Amino acid sequence: MSGVDPTETFRQEAQELLEQLEQTLLDLAKAPEDLALVDSTFRALHTIKGSGSMFGFDAVAGFTHHVESAFDMVRKGQVKLTPALADVALAAKDYIRALIERPDTTAAEDGAAILERLEAAVGSTGAGGTAAAAPKAAMAAGRAKWQVKFWLPPNALATGTNPLLLLDELRGLGEATVTPLLDRVPALEDLNPADIHIGWDVSLITDKPKSAIEDVFLFVLDDMEIAIDLVETLDAPAAAPKTEAAPQPAVAKPAAAKPEAAAPKGGSGSIRVPAERLDNLMDRVGELVIAQSRLKQVAAASRDAEFKSISEEIERLALELRDTTMGVRMVPIAQLFGRFRRLVHDLAHELGKDIALVTVGEDTELDKTVIEQLNDPLVHLIRNSIDHGLESPEQRLAAGKPAQGQIRLAAQHTGDKVLISITDDGKGLDRARIQARAEEHGLIQPGAKLSDSELFQLIFQPGFSTAQQVTNLSGRGVGMDVVKRTLDSLRGSIDIASNPGTGTEITLRLPLTLAIIDGLLVRVGQGRYVIPLSAVEECVELPAEEAGRANGCSFLNIRDELVPFLRLREMFKTTGEPDRYQKVVVVSSNDSRVGLVVDQVIGDHQTVIKSLSKLHAGIGTFSGATILGDGTVALILEIANLVAKGQVREPLKLAS
Amino acid sequence: MAIWQGKRSLQVVTLALQGELFALEAGRVHEILDRVPVTEVPGGPVFVSGLINVRGKVVPLADLRMKFGMECTAATIDTRIVVIDVTLGGEIVSVGLLADKVYEVTELQAEVLEDTPRIGMRWRPDLIRCVGKRGRDFIAVLDIDKLFDEGDREAVAGNASAAPAQDAA
Repeated sequence: MSGVDPTETFRQEAQELLEQLEQTLLDLAKAPEDLALVDSTFRALHTIKGSGSMFGFDAVAGFTHHVESAFDMVRKGQVKLTPALADVALAAKDYIRALIERPDTTAAEDGAAILERLEAAVGSTGAGGTAAAAPKAAMAAGRAKWQVKFWLPPNALATGTNPLLLLDELRGLGEATVTPLLDRVPALEDLNPADIHIGWDVSLITDKPKSAIEDVFLFVLDDMEIAIDLVETLDAPAAAPKTEAAPQPAVAKPAAAKPEAAAPKGGSGSIRVPAERLDNLMDRVGELVIAQSRLKQVAAASRDAEFKSISEEIERLALELRDTTMGVRMVPIAQLFGRFRRLVHDLAHELGKDIALVTVGEDTELDKTVIEQLNDPLVHLIRNSIDHGLESPEQRLAAGKPAQGQIRLAAQHTGDKVLISITDDGKGLDRARIQARAEEHGLIQPGAKLSDSELFQLIFQPGFSTAQQVTNLSGRGVGMDVVKRTLDSLRGSIDIASNPGTGTEITLRLPLTLAIIDGLLVRVGQGRYVIPLSAVEECVELPAEEAGRANGCSFLNIRDELVPFLRLREMFKTTGEPDRYQKVVVVSSNDSRVGLVVDQVIGDHQTVIKSLSKLHAGIGTFSGATILGDGTVALILEIANLVAKGQVREPLKLAS
Repeated sequence: MAIWQGKRSLQVVTLALQGELFALEAGRVHEILDRVPVTEVPGGPVFVSGLINVRGKVVPLADLRMKFGMECTAATIDTRIVVIDVTLGGEIVSVGLLADKVYEVTELQAEVLEDTPRIGMRWRPDLIRCVGKRGRDFIAVLDIDKLFDEGDREAVAGNASAAPAQDAA
């Protein structure tokens, strides 16, 4: 789909608004008194309704209108926000999403059912205080006859207003008789066919308050001529005038509501861009930086001072541009964590558990693609924690824990990795049962002694589930292996720590793939390689006596510590004479220190990681490639894998 | 099966490998580059042993001469790299192909295109898509996806066998 399709634009915008709406509703469930939240809920609904009808999603607009009205009443203090109302609103939000995404297959009955619940939720609270009583009467009983005369601004059609829809909406409020007013239609020679010259006179019998009629015109109210007059009240003579009077102090004027409604558009300040375009941009910037470094070389040889200063200027701009572009792909993980609040909320309901979700480190930034791929694994892990980890409130109280269970989602950067942990304070993993299950499946020998982490890794085997009952949520043994597979594809790893009775912590370690890393550029023979700087501990010179011994014992003595080393020349089968003074880059890998012997340490290098194609991804020694300043390609070493390969080779060599 | 079916002709890029004439479907060719610096990938498949920078993208460089068991001669002034789209395990990947010489973009008329004969070919028939006739020459149109499909598998197998061989030595 091209970017100019307005329907697509609406879908994306609505998507964003709905996400925002969900967050606010969840916040509201906790802080029902927070008027700012109510306002932002109302605004989101209002915008969805408005742009929905603008883009022809009439069902969306119609449905949203009712929800919006309910929140309008909350906003005006006529109705109290109850958990029930928040729940219905969440359901309504899902329904709106369904209407937008699958307009053809979404059943209208579902919507009607939600509206019924909505009415019940609004009605039950309205009966409460005296202040709320009057509007409720107005809702139910204040049938009145109104006369609505309006002329739309002449350019209304050009701005996307469809008068027929407005009239339809008026008809939706009650019995309406529509008469066109033709007195302003100019003579034929003066008539601009693109303008509206017709006004309408609608006589409307409705039980809705005046504000409902005004709402119909909310988007055009500023520029149009309109007169809404009460002709007569029909069966609740006192109620209607009173309605107008009573809520007045709390009511925001319709004129004020408009700029507010527009606020989220400007305020959110984000644009949706296809990821592909960002990739293209990144490539262009990469080329620019390379071209710039060539320019720099030419400038260095020149004596023209002005030329040099321009070159420096361009260097600064190019580097800034590169940094900005790289930053664009990174999004805070809050986006991902936010989605789970709803999941936890729903699961807590479904299972009758009381669960608090705590999130930490939401501003940790990760590449957008990684974030998207993490969604499913995290859903599985959270479901598992809630379903199997956390006990019911009774069990928790019996175990001396607070009735409310806790799920903690945390993210942080450590070196070139991002750690994401899911911690619950539930009953912990059942060692004995996992062992029994693993033996039953033939995954381990009966009676095998395994460390906790080894044993817990078994739950990621396909088809492995210790849940005795299969619930709706988990226990079918699918899921955990999917988690593992996704993590593998992202070159990440999973650790599990668990204490019986106190809870489980699952930690995902993810590399910052596609991101920038600081690298150390080294040379081995003619080839240049990048070592992730976060893994580098120090660089030392290879002692001459070691350099001479090609196949001897490969250990270095660094400050009385024995450090094994690998000769990259051997590992890469490099031809040609080694440099006279070889260097050792000491890297840390899985808690041990290993030296990598290289010909030359060139220096640090800001590295844009480009992934390798399938033709080379299988090698494993390299995590990707990057493009150097002179335009050549350098490979990025995957330290853990490289060291593991070296370890396999070393013993063999000793044996031969 | 036949790629020219329904079409009157097939547009191809003709190139030479060790003096033999080959053709690639022109529609899949992105660009033709002069020789650029190549980065060797240690432990990589022999057939695709290097990486090049194609306007900011890291692209694998394949040497078809290895595939056809030809002799590998040094680059000359005529050496070119043909950047082409290859379908690899469902994904489209840009790959550079080394060619000793690139001639032209030309049309092969439908009537001169024939299915690959089973016998009489110097090259493995499954890597050739069809054979066309131009003047008195025969041109083999390469089946690019097939070439790399195998390259993929060999890459994995090649790695596994290369490591022990090295250790034993």
